[in-house]
Amino acid sequence: MSYTVRRGEIVALVGESGCGKSVSSLAIMRLLAEPVGRITSGSIVFDGRDLLCLPEAQMRGIRGRDISMIFQEPMTSLNPVLSIETQLTEPLVAHLGMNQSQAHKRAIELLGMVGITDAERRLRQYPHQLSGGMRQRVMIAMGLACNPKLIIADEPTTALDVTIQAQILELMKDLSRRLHIALVIITHNLGLVARYADRVNIMYGGKIVEQGDALNVFTRSRHPYTLGLMRSVPRLNLPRVGKLATIEGLPPNLLNPPWGCRFAPRCEFRIDLCGKPPDLVEVERAHHARCFRTHELAGLTSKAAVAAPAAAAVPAGAPLLKVRDLSKHFAIRQTEVSVLSRKQAVVRAVNGVSFDIGRGDTLGLVGESGCGKTTVGRLILNLESVTAGKIEYAGADISLLDRPAVLALRKKIQAIFQDPFSSLNPRMSVGQIIAEPLLVFGLAKSRKAARQRVAELLSQVGLYPYLSERYPHQLSGGQRQRVGIARALAMEPEFIVCDEAVSALDVSVQGQIINLLDELQSRLGLTYLFIAHDLAVVRHISKRVAVMYLGRIVEIADRDDLYQNPKHPYTRALLDAAPIPDPVTERARPAKLLHGELPSVLKPPSGCVFSSRCPMASAECRQEPPQVRDLGAHHLVACHKV
Amino acid sequence: MLSYVGYRLLLVVPTLVGVALLIFLMLRVLPGDVVEIKLRGDGGHVTQDVVERERHRLGLDKPMLTQLVNWMVGLARLDLGTSMWTGRPVAEEIGARLELSLQVAVMATLIAVLIAIPLGTLSALFKDSAVDYVVRIVTISGLALPSFWLGMLIILTLLYVFSWSPPITYTPFYQDPLANLAQLIWPALAVGYRYAAVVARMVRSSLIEVLREDYIRTARAKGIVPRLVVIRHALPNALLPAITVIGLEFAFLIGGLVVTEQVFNLNGIGKLFVQAVSRNDFTLIQGLVMLLAVIFVLVNLLVDLFYAVLDPRVRYR
Repeated sequence: MSYTVRRGEIVALVGESGCGKSVSSLAIMRLLAEPVGRITSGSIVFDGRDLLCLPEAQMRGIRGRDISMIFQEPMTSLNPVLSIETQLTEPLVAHLGMNQSQAHKRAIELLGMVGITDAERRLRQYPHQLSGGMRQRVMIAMGLACNPKLIIADEPTTALDVTIQAQILELMKDLSRRLHIALVIITHNLGLVARYADRVNIMYGGKIVEQGDALNVFTRSRHPYTLGLMRSVPRLNLPRVGKLATIEGLPPNLLNPPWGCRFAPRCEFRIDLCGKPPDLVEVERAHHARCFRTHELAGLTSKAAVAAPAAAAVPAGAPLLKVRDLSKHFAIRQTEVSVLSRKQAVVRAVNGVSFDIGRGDTLGLVGESGCGKTTVGRLILNLESVTAGKIEYAGADISLLDRPAVLALRKKIQAIFQDPFSSLNPRMSVGQIIAEPLLVFGLAKSRKAARQRVAELLSQVGLYPYLSERYPHQLSGGQRQRVGIARALAMEPEFIVCDEAVSALDVSVQGQIINLLDELQSRLGLTYLFIAHDLAVVRHISKRVAVMYLGRIVEIADRDDLYQNPKHPYTRALLDAAPIPDPVTERARPAKLLHGELPSVLKPPSGCVFSSRCPMASAECRQEPPQVRDLGAHHLVACHKV
Repeated sequence: MLSYVGYRLLLVVPTLVGVALLIFLMLRVLPGDVVEIKLRGDGGHVTQDVVERERHRLGLDKPMLTQLVNWMVGLARLDLGTSMWTGRPVAEEIGARLELSLQVAVMATLIAVLIAIPLGTLSALFKDSAVDYVVRIVTISGLALPSFWLGMLIILTLLYVFSWSPPITYTPFYQDPLANLAQLIWPALAVGYRYAAVVARMVRSSLIEVLREDYIRTARAKGIVPRLVVIRHALPNALLPAITVIGLEFAFLIGGLVVTEQVFNLNGIGKLFVQAVSRNDFTLIQGLVMLLAVIFVLVNLLVDLFYAVLDPRVRYR
């Protein structure tokens, strides 16, 4: 792969997991573990010097001084036992030879630059005392410490909430422009690329398949993979499509990649010639693609082509699930020291939440981390006890059921979880995993019957029956999520709680799973509670959408109504913060940032929970919690200002 | 912090009461009688009358509950009672020997830590290299060789190769440090080797894990010299689990010196323990067990406090 970055420019490296984007950036820093990660050939020219020819000592002088890196996980990328000050001043002392007091001054300046107030106190703190967004700011401050010429940001906002993500990226863009720092952003999020990148490199299977100006690559994609990616992302700015376009198949195994074009096995434009490796050819000025047929692709649109059926009206009739004033409070010990004084803090994870879900419907539940959406799911699954309020399933209050009825309910309500790897037992084969509930609940009379049913379920979720012999680690992420779905389906449920069911998957695979869920719903008449933080995905799959903030539902409405006509300032902020994978739209709309951090659940703001970050907040909002009001057409909002 | 320590010390009380109950009951269940052994042990003929009188004198004829209450009341007043065999206060019997055992244990710990941390670190840094293999062989042998056998080897080597044997009588350190060390360094070495092996393996595996952490990558990306990356960023994290092991091993050491003290002919707690058990000297055994329990609990408290020093996540929550 080859690419260049100029001063003050933002270049994006886009690709799905395992395509080699992180490896290539670690290679620039020469941080790959030898001898496993040996750089076999090529050159990395930085400021006229080939980094691969430098002795290690000189390379060390460049790391953190001229080139710095910002890593993906702010939670694990800072050393837990060292203070922020120690970690922030380290490169200053090492590269610029500052003494402690100079470094301290510069550290305060740096924290100011990345928008951290109260710097003196923050410097004395340790990483675990900061929020995720705050830690990522510290990482950026560390990267900026020595005025580098190049910053490589590896998925800098993947672990953060949308509103925080927007803050961080605006900050990085601003700094890059102002200080003439070249910025390489590595990401899988096409929306971010559209909003921030000047130039784009699309990677697939360890090679760059398309590169050029962001506008060209997005609007006139000339590689089948890019086209496929663009089509399979659900978008907020376009009408919802009936079925997401997907790229069939799985990313290549780089232990033994196809000799020719690496995308050929999944490519719909494949011809015999593709058995040979294609070169990167220029398709227009500043736009290259690695494909033999790139010139033939010129007229194809990268926008999703499937016609959108009108959204079915929400059927009337008794709802299957009825949640009224649901609350869940957790008591936690505040500090180790106060054990004697018995002082306990109460976390109001869920606070007075009400909604209905009709049979065969999907309710999308969106919100940022810590807003209580997962707890709602766990309450419905009967995995937590309700503090107040009630959950009625098919007319019966689930907290009043006796044991056999609870067991029966457990069969009817199933769950699909986020991480398909950690929720499957690694020591059981796929067949055993799916057969277990069948045998436990007596749904299959014999082992033979169970085996047959497993094969049936596997083909239902689009997996080959022979996969039942495999173990979870032998499957890809998408396949594991399909196994999770098959396991849930094994109980012949009516209702499935999907908790971030597609969040961990790559775009092309995510589309496949969403389509599968859609198809299963219409075929089996399933009802979903779809919990997620990605607004576009939620829009795609839900009939009704509820937005949660700090334990409360702030807005709930039918899908199209909510997205076209959002009322609550928080819903609007979420929609503004979510980047859309289309550079034209994305650059036209002004960046409206939501300021501040998510308040601690231990000390939510008085009055309206959103009042501390709301641009419209007034004294009334800070005193009186708003009541939920019906604006008509089942559009409910909790806000004084609407 | 202070209130935390206070809270932990309070928690020690129920632990000790539990230990006291358990050891008291276990001793009464076991067969054997200190008076029988004392008076008839060497085959001498003693009338039943004498035996009964001795029993009465030691309070062994009282109901079990009375004995228990008496002992517990004594404990509460920090009075461990008198030895049933020698008639001297238990505290005195233990005090005379504790110093020596503690010194051996502390020296063994020092030796272990001084050897284990550099060795484990080297081994982790040069994982799967010749250095690592050598360290692993050395530590595996440390685990495999019983301390007493190593002790015997040390004595024999000193005797046959250097024609020198360590002093037999105990000199307190503050009287004559050289004579003291000449006697006690050998058992400390014999015990410390195994101890070091356990800790070194712990340091190695936890350092290997820590070196894979994201924050180590961050530190390297900052362009800091490798030495600092290891010493400042990796080791404090890697030492956390090692400290737990050091604490546990130390507490075991005091009780586990029994055989080593025999080999080196040291008059320490271990030897006293063996004597007490073979004589069924109830009060002495109980006193010794209580002492070990106290040491165990205190060392664990110390380990937790040390944790708080190294790990801010424990300090401020």
